[in-house]
Amino acid sequence: MSTLTALARAQAYADGRAQPIATVRHLHVHPRPLVLIPLAMAGEAHAPLAALVGAERSAPRLLIVAQPRNRDHRFAFAAELAGIVLPYVDSFTAATEAVAVDRGRDVRHRFTDAPQLWVPNTGGVDFLRLFGRSTRFRSIDGEYAVPPSVPLLGRWLTFFAHAAEMPGSSLLLNAVQALGLHWATGQSGAEDAQLAALLAWISPPPGRTGAEAARAAEDPALSPPAGPATDPAFDNHVLAPLMSTAEPDVAALTEVLRAQLLPTWELMWRTLDLLRELPAGARVAGRWDSDRDTYSGFVQHLAEGGPPQPRRDGAVAAAARLHRLESAATRYAVQRAFDDPLVMAEYRLVGAAFAGEVTLANADRIDDTGKRPVLRPRIMVVTGEPVRVEPGATLTSPQRPSQKALVISVTAAGADRTEVLLELSGGMGRKLVAEPGSVPAVGERVLLTTLSEAYRPGGAFPDPDQTPWTHGGPPPAFTPGSEQADQ
Amino acid sequence: MTAGLDRLRGGTPPKRHNARTIAALTGNPGCTRRAVLDAAGVDKPKLAQRIGFPGSFGQSRFALARGNGFEAMLKADDCALLRKVLTECLQLDAAGGYDDLGEDDDDTLTARHRRTRELLAGAAGAALIDHPLLTLDVAGQRVFLEPDLIALQIEGRLHVVEIKSFAIVDGQADSAKVSAAAVQAAVYVLALRRLLAELGHDPTLVSHDVVLVCTENFSLQPAAVVLDVRKQLSTLQRQLARLASVSELAAALPGSVSFDLALGPADLTAALRHVEARYAPECLSACELAVYCRHEAAGSTAALGRPVRDALGGVDTVAEALALAAGTAEPAEDQVEAAALLRAAARLRAELA
Repeated sequence: MSTLTALARAQAYADGRAQPIATVRHLHVHPRPLVLIPLAMAGEAHAPLAALVGAERSAPRLLIVAQPRNRDHRFAFAAELAGIVLPYVDSFTAATEAVAVDRGRDVRHRFTDAPQLWVPNTGGVDFLRLFGRSTRFRSIDGEYAVPPSVPLLGRWLTFFAHAAEMPGSSLLLNAVQALGLHWATGQSGAEDAQLAALLAWISPPPGRTGAEAARAAEDPALSPPAGPATDPAFDNHVLAPLMSTAEPDVAALTEVLRAQLLPTWELMWRTLDLLRELPAGARVAGRWDSDRDTYSGFVQHLAEGGPPQPRRDGAVAAAARLHRLESAATRYAVQRAFDDPLVMAEYRLVGAAFAGEVTLANADRIDDTGKRPVLRPRIMVVTGEPVRVEPGATLTSPQRPSQKALVISVTAAGADRTEVLLELSGGMGRKLVAEPGSVPAVGERVLLTTLSEAYRPGGAFPDPDQTPWTHGGPPPAFTPGSEQADQ
Repeated sequence: MTAGLDRLRGGTPPKRHNARTIAALTGNPGCTRRAVLDAAGVDKPKLAQRIGFPGSFGQSRFALARGNGFEAMLKADDCALLRKVLTECLQLDAAGGYDDLGEDDDDTLTARHRRTRELLAGAAGAALIDHPLLTLDVAGQRVFLEPDLIALQIEGRLHVVEIKSFAIVDGQADSAKVSAAAVQAAVYVLALRRLLAELGHDPTLVSHDVVLVCTENFSLQPAAVVLDVRKQLSTLQRQLARLASVSELAAALPGSVSFDLALGPADLTAALRHVEARYAPECLSACELAVYCRHEAAGSTAALGRPVRDALGGVDTVAEALALAAGTAEPAEDQVEAAALLRAAARLRAELA
């Protein structure tokens, strides 16, 4: 944790109210998201108990499994859930747009919108991943046949769960993490995991401090857990008596489960409201574009009859995926810092970025030592912040992302002032005279950082059928219907 | 049990340890309060309730039912299913006798322990031993451990088998559950080793490889995996050695300190203040007294979690950290660096937030 966020937590504790740790919203909030709150049956291996789901605040749909240990009931639940999720994910395929690829030599098409799922917490994401795993290989014929929508639902849930692992993706979001990205509370991260307590710190009811409201929200009788695990007391005293009969009273079950889920439903929409109040970061739309690419690719994969996601990635697929996750994580961290001065402040605190004033500027400086003369303006920046860069390092400024600044010298000037001499290249037009405003002028306040948005080339991986023997050799092909008996 | 510890508990009988409570001791080794209360066998849930800070440590009866059902299924027909998975997992022949030493019952403690000793003394005896009764010295106190487990004896080596009803899906299980199971199994390994040593056998006959039997994927089919618990064993040994000194600590407490549940809440709270706690947010899921300790630790940076405390330069209280950040407090010699960082952070937050 950075000192900046830790200080925000300390301030939140002292003020009795959560403190912002971001000035803009770092994720896409869909105008029509699908909110899904799953509950699992205690003790069972990821068996669903109930779910409250819907894309409209006023119209939550409650699905329940009256007998979670009964296989048929479980798959009936899956089919019902598919009846909501599948039409929702299919509703974004109406319009496409052309995107230039290969430097404008070609175009490809992607959908102009994509679905967005919201669950309360990381447990909800895990539940969707495992529920996807338990349904996507189901066979639609034979002895254990399930409706065709069930394996399709499994493949979509797996798609969303995989997307949730990708830093910066907004296809499947969880409320706890989304709020934690923008606010620091006066309690620990472990306590933040409870959505009701977290929201209590961020927007306490009138007349109460966040701390008081959060303590009150810890009582499972007042704020039922946001799932997927249920409150043991609820299991023992409410659910067990209703379920212990051979023919459970479905109406009564529906009622108690709705009462458990509705408070969280309200919290989910309040979370969305709070996030919508924040202005979106400049690079959020770009990341949503990639999400739309991912979605379009998956729709196409399904349309072409591609196989379900494997139980485990093969060696090549796993290495490639890890590489994608790592570059996405780096890119996301840089983009957040460029979008948000408060995130950039964390880098300023440790000397990886500094803000200062331009004291000298030679905007027309030409470097003619090479084959042809090039425009290389130099500026002097004076700062009172820590500077941990060496001559020869290349810096960028969020104000001028396409411009590079090469550090020529770093000189201490006085007790807590540092002079940094920089040579600029790029982002100034094609002529030997810089475009107006492209070179920082004397007196301008600039921010410079070692973070870079520069393109990183992807790794080179062999084809799966060329997997070397050191990594187990080529993986076997998928054969449908190979795992019927594990449920 | 030493007299000093007994006195702390007052009139109530000691709460018995089990593998779970012993395993929990390794969770927050720096906490003197927990060590003393556990060593004295104080009923912590009742104590927490008495002083007005009840914790919620319930277990769903659905989870219990499934756990019991899974175990019964494994042990049915002379442990047929269990033998099958163990044979596959250890690649050894798990044929041989099966001895059930009886159900959990206070009256048969000594008898079951004697029988366990007999079975283990005759090294060529049963292959599977159910409900054995082991003992372990915890804080100078001999506690009976009643593992709901089977010790599997193959070719003279003993393997501890731990049955858990959580699922292994595609070779992966919940890591928190696996590590909890590993620590519990390590408690049994340690107890078995001490018993063998007492009987004059080589304690290393008890393998540090324990077998974890879980359900596979989404079914009730069992899957067995071998876990190496050497790391957990050494943590546990270190922790138990430390606990041995707890009775001295308890003896040093003033005579007025007592956790007798018959006392009033004010007296109990006063007594608790004599024994220092080391609260961390992780306690909330591991210790029944945590809600009280959190209340007591309010305003400390530790209550916000270890990462926050570290990032605030290890300063003890929130008020002190904020004063250093605002520049209204003079930093102590060892705080100069932390204070400078805090002031810089406060400046940045004031500028931007």
